[in-house]
Amino acid sequence: MTLAVDFLPPGRALRQQISDDDRLKRAVMFVVGIYLVIALAIPLFVMLSKSLSTYTFDLHQFEFQVSDESGGGWSDPVTAAALNTAIAAFPESDLEAGADGRLQAAKLFADFSFRSPVRYRIRGTSEEAHFLAGSQLVRGTEWKEYDSNHFRRVMLRPSRSVGLSNFTEYFSTPSLVRSIKNSVMIALISTAVTLTVAFGLAYALNRSRMRGKGAFKLIVTIPILVPSLLPGIALVYLFGNQGVFKDLLLGHSIYGPLGIVVGSVFFTLPHAFLIISTALSVADARHYEAATSLRASRWRTFWTVTVPGARYGLISAAFVVFTLVITDFGLPKVIGGQYGMLAVDIYKQVIGQQNFEMGAVVSVILLIPAFLAFAVDRMTQRRQVALLSARAVPFEPKPRRGFDAACFAFCSLVAIFVLGMIGMCQVAALVKFWPYDLSLSLRNYAFDLMDGGGWDAYYNSIRLALMTAVIGSLIVFTGAYMVEKTKGFGLGRGAFHMLAMLPMAVPGMVLGLAYIFFFNNPGNPLHGIYGTMAILVLCTVTHFYTVAHLTALTALKQLDPEFEAVADSLKIPFYKLFFRVTLPVCLPALLEIAIYLFVNAMTTVSAVVFLYATDTKLASVAILNMDDAGDIAPAAAMGMMIFYTNVAAKLLHAVVARLLLARTQGWRQVAQTAVPA
Amino acid sequence: MKHATAPAEPAMPVSANRQSERRPFLEISGLWKAYGDFVALRDIDLQVKEGEFVCFLGPSGCGKTTLLRAIAGLDIQSRGAIRQAGQDISRLPPAQRDYGIVFQSYALFPNLTIEKNIAFGLENIGRPRREIASRVSDLLDLVGLSSQGRKYPAQLSGGQQQRVALARAMAISPGLLLLDEPLSALDAKVRVHLRHEIKELQRKLGVTTIMVTHDQEEALSMADRIVVMNQGGIEQVGTPTEIYRHPRTLFVADFIGETNQFPATVGKGAQVEIGHTRFACAEHLLPAGAAVVAAVRPADIIPHGADAHRATGLEAVGNADNLIDAHVEDMEFLGMFWRTRLSAPRLKETPLVADFSTNAVRRLCIEIGSAIQVEIPQERLLLFAKA
Amino acid sequence: MPFSKAFLGAATAFLLASTAAYAEAELTVYTSVEAVDLDRYKETFEKAHPDIKINWVRDSTGVMTAKLLAEKDNPQADVVWGVAATSLLLLKSEGMLEPYAPKNVEALDPRFVDGDKPPSWVGMDAYVAALCYNTVEAEKLGLTPPTSWKDLTKPEYKGHVVMPNPNSSGTGFLDVSAWLQTFGEEEAWSFMDALHENIAAYTHSGSKPCKMAASGETVIGVSFEFPGAKAKTSGAPIDIIFPAEGSGWEAEATAIIAGTANLEAAKTLVDWSISKEANEMYNVGYAVVAYPGVAKPIENLPDDVAEKMIENDFEWAANNRARILKEWQKRYDAKSEPKS
Repeated sequence: MTLAVDFLPPGRALRQQISDDDRLKRAVMFVVGIYLVIALAIPLFVMLSKSLSTYTFDLHQFEFQVSDESGGGWSDPVTAAALNTAIAAFPESDLEAGADGRLQAAKLFADFSFRSPVRYRIRGTSEEAHFLAGSQLVRGTEWKEYDSNHFRRVMLRPSRSVGLSNFTEYFSTPSLVRSIKNSVMIALISTAVTLTVAFGLAYALNRSRMRGKGAFKLIVTIPILVPSLLPGIALVYLFGNQGVFKDLLLGHSIYGPLGIVVGSVFFTLPHAFLIISTALSVADARHYEAATSLRASRWRTFWTVTVPGARYGLISAAFVVFTLVITDFGLPKVIGGQYGMLAVDIYKQVIGQQNFEMGAVVSVILLIPAFLAFAVDRMTQRRQVALLSARAVPFEPKPRRGFDAACFAFCSLVAIFVLGMIGMCQVAALVKFWPYDLSLSLRNYAFDLMDGGGWDAYYNSIRLALMTAVIGSLIVFTGAYMVEKTKGFGLGRGAFHMLAMLPMAVPGMVLGLAYIFFFNNPGNPLHGIYGTMAILVLCTVTHFYTVAHLTALTALKQLDPEFEAVADSLKIPFYKLFFRVTLPVCLPALLEIAIYLFVNAMTTVSAVVFLYATDTKLASVAILNMDDAGDIAPAAAMGMMIFYTNVAAKLLHAVVARLLLARTQGWRQVAQTAVPA
Repeated sequence: MKHATAPAEPAMPVSANRQSERRPFLEISGLWKAYGDFVALRDIDLQVKEGEFVCFLGPSGCGKTTLLRAIAGLDIQSRGAIRQAGQDISRLPPAQRDYGIVFQSYALFPNLTIEKNIAFGLENIGRPRREIASRVSDLLDLVGLSSQGRKYPAQLSGGQQQRVALARAMAISPGLLLLDEPLSALDAKVRVHLRHEIKELQRKLGVTTIMVTHDQEEALSMADRIVVMNQGGIEQVGTPTEIYRHPRTLFVADFIGETNQFPATVGKGAQVEIGHTRFACAEHLLPAGAAVVAAVRPADIIPHGADAHRATGLEAVGNADNLIDAHVEDMEFLGMFWRTRLSAPRLKETPLVADFSTNAVRRLCIEIGSAIQVEIPQERLLLFAKA
Repeated sequence: MPFSKAFLGAATAFLLASTAAYAEAELTVYTSVEAVDLDRYKETFEKAHPDIKINWVRDSTGVMTAKLLAEKDNPQADVVWGVAATSLLLLKSEGMLEPYAPKNVEALDPRFVDGDKPPSWVGMDAYVAALCYNTVEAEKLGLTPPTSWKDLTKPEYKGHVVMPNPNSSGTGFLDVSAWLQTFGEEEAWSFMDALHENIAAYTHSGSKPCKMAASGETVIGVSFEFPGAKAKTSGAPIDIIFPAEGSGWEAEATAIIAGTANLEAAKTLVDWSISKEANEMYNVGYAVVAYPGVAKPIENLPDDVAEKMIENDFEWAANNRARILKEWQKRYDAKSEPKS
């Protein structure tokens, strides 16, 4: 008789001997993990610490002596701190400074006059102390003597310390704080609009029998192929002060929130559409049959069946769009006018003011909404999976003339919106001198005559995209394989998976800035890659790691989980299984990852804008710089070059995928035609 | 009292090690497996002889697959030892153990042809090409797929794919063959067919085999011995007839075949009181006066009429106590037999389900509403301690 | 044959020596000079000094300055060439520049030379603040051209003025610093308060306002003279206006980075940079160059651009930069809604 004893006998849990296979897998996973640590975790950590790195005037570090009227008879040395205590020349808040802060030493002397014959001596009390005499930097503990006219040009310099004063300063600067509100507002509005449009599109494409579905699906994905700067440029030409449809705005300016929202809707539409469309396409026809049999009205059915069924898709899409908009930098840069946005603030602080510490502060703040969105998205995704795995009968729409016509009209409007933006850019790129000379010319394609990097930038982008695609898909796939197919080692796998999910929550600008802090440190042994193509590849692969990782993971999860067990029983080492079976079977997913990385490497601006060097300028950055310099038409032309390149890459991908499938995946086609005996 | 198919085995199951003269091929002792707080396997002791076909049988979640995976090294046990062919394999990684395995999902490599699938393991151990080719064609012959070698798995039916999986597992001539619900994904007809093929193949090759299944019919028809498992523990180990005829627990009785169950009280000797009626029952070790469950299988109930003895092939009834009046409430035709629901005043409200052969029903003119007499044979009325 | 062997040996030695000499010094030169012009400068310089090779690293002034400051502890450049003097002063205050008095430095306009002796930087040319005024759009709106900075605050220009943001643009900063220097602090800020009312947008770069005026996106672009002349040449309907109060200006200057391994070659380049020959080349784009008497008039620009320039105290500007920008940001950056 078995008696239920629910307690394990005492002792330690048995551990399996680790096979050479496992050792190798763990080693490979460790290597990819180290990659993520170096390319992501450490730079972010360095950036966080940078945001706490402040500059303060340490008045104890300076000592003064004052002479009498004759220029002799020196007073006893007195520290600046003591002087300041005596006459309160500088309030506490003045002592917190940026990297380029200066304090005029003469202000510490109440009776200072640059005409007086009194002479002054100043020295540092430590080697750290430094001050400016005029524009000359002076360090050290030697006494330096100045007459009063020169002493008025003595400026104390701050020294490094650690503290929260950067954050204090941030939150006491109204223009910066307003950016938080602005960014959240814009992201919310854009999300609402995009979701509505994307839902309408997805609904029309899944639930109607209208014509031209294929074409609409293609058109709506176009925005993925262009940098987010491009819709901004298109809007300038469409609705700017010389815009074709300026009058439609009834006097409102496109520069500012309006432009950002319209542009955001453009470039986030495909992302939202794909997610919602997937959610709608798995709808269960049985629910609709039930609704019909209950004689529910269409309206009621829509709200009680359709919307709840797609709710996880909607939530997920909402967070994706929200994150994209709030972290995007290109669009508000081009069309945002004076409307402050967080991502642009980072750029302004770093490039405009060389205030890296404040850039780091804004980065930290921008990480918060992105992380929140990311966390909520992960939680809903988990439930969505459960929804997907339920057995459902696919819904087959029936033709309804009026409804189909309405759907067609709506989709046409969206298509016109998308094509209109792209078309406008192409026209602008070909016009000689908008709006005064509308004759056609290729002048705007003479990139070598503009700032921004010329045609080399375009070729660099292609190089970057190719390297990112090849190297990235290998790293990502290998990493995903090790996570998915390694036994035990739960802690390591969990940590790895978390690292792999992290890039999704890190805005490109933040990553780029973190890279400056980390790689541009001469003490870093990897400092050598700073300013090379390698750091751009590293940054781009890391920036787009998560989606690629999830794609690889999905493909790997679809494989029979027992392949490894079978291979083990047949004594086949894992790498043989990997190269003979796993990799060939997952080839379509691998190609998918490669093209994803390629397209994104072509269009990304934010991740690389801090990292490119003169000989590694990129097409997307060139657009930014040309637009910055006011060369908008060439910027549009370069944007269209990226677009055509991505279209070509997509076509090539389709052809290569088909050829490869035909050659190496014969089993797939036969699988479709197989007749079970 | 004797019964018709009285097998040679003793009434109580005998543990395997008493029977075997040398060390068992596979020896599991004190095996536990826990996932966090959940105990999936509790104190498993089991011996498997060389060349034996053993089935792990039980409902889902009983731990049978966990046990198989522990033997394969795919999920290592928390406590306890496993020895195979005299070697302690408790902590060895799967690749260092000696077995072939077949899964419910077949797990055939989809991008390799049937031949390549079977040859993969052989190529890996560096056998000459010609030897591999001939071994592959032998194996394909063995599983009756000689002409299909160039096809891809997706081009074969489920049953064919499972045969390929079997051939692949056998290719490297493992000492142990592990089958994890190999037939569950197949439809009924193919399943029955493949059942026999696997059994025959196993007999031919003499490979020690462990199969996990939740299908009692499969276990009864294929296994030399069945290990019935429930809630992480072994309920009973025995030959199919032992398990069927002499279930040691109510769980086994109920899981293998069906039973009518009555709350009862143990009487003197081989007697039991159901309701207020005494019945003679099978030998048991339970103390008099204990509250127990009395069980009888529907198929064991004998309809009593003029030709009853002949119809059921049983001797004349010896104990009048076990003969009860019953009223036919309902009848359901199930092809081979009639499932009949009876009510009997002596059993109070508890309905009695009996399976009567078509033959008996015709001869005794049993129909809904008939009043008949049925007999619960003494040897077939089993007592179990309350669960 | 001994002769040919000797000859071969000598030839090899000569070749080795000459290639070695040829690659004797490679200078990494950070610059913000227009990309189009760089090849021209490099070619001319390398022809005169075949033993020195220039590797340009080019970016806009803001980016270049950020890059140089970021590399403070581990400089990558040998020479900074054609970067705003204000930026070089920032570098100087970090102790990053190697003081050096180039040959003939006394020949230069003293406004273009660092005040310290020896100077840490020497100027090459100047860009001068100017207004780009779109005549076509102005006519449509019935506007009259402004003649002074103060004119820009007239209500008629409301929403028609674009200027660079001093926080991100060197041109923007030179405008603000010039107003503060010419009007005095108090008056300058109240001028900017009034100007702010008319501003349609603050751009990130200094040339953009002019290009926006050229394409009619705005009527008046506060910018500098060079992009205006260029746009006008390529057909834009704009006038270039130098306001009556005088214009702020910025010198493009050159300096040696302290600690360079190629000090001699760097000095050679700086010597060349202030030569008459080089200054003549700067004159292709810039109306004002450091070498007196060299500049010839530029198409679409008046002859007397140099006279529009105010007295500019670079040191004051550099030392007060942080304070000015903070004040500016406090006053105007908070502007959340653009004017339509």
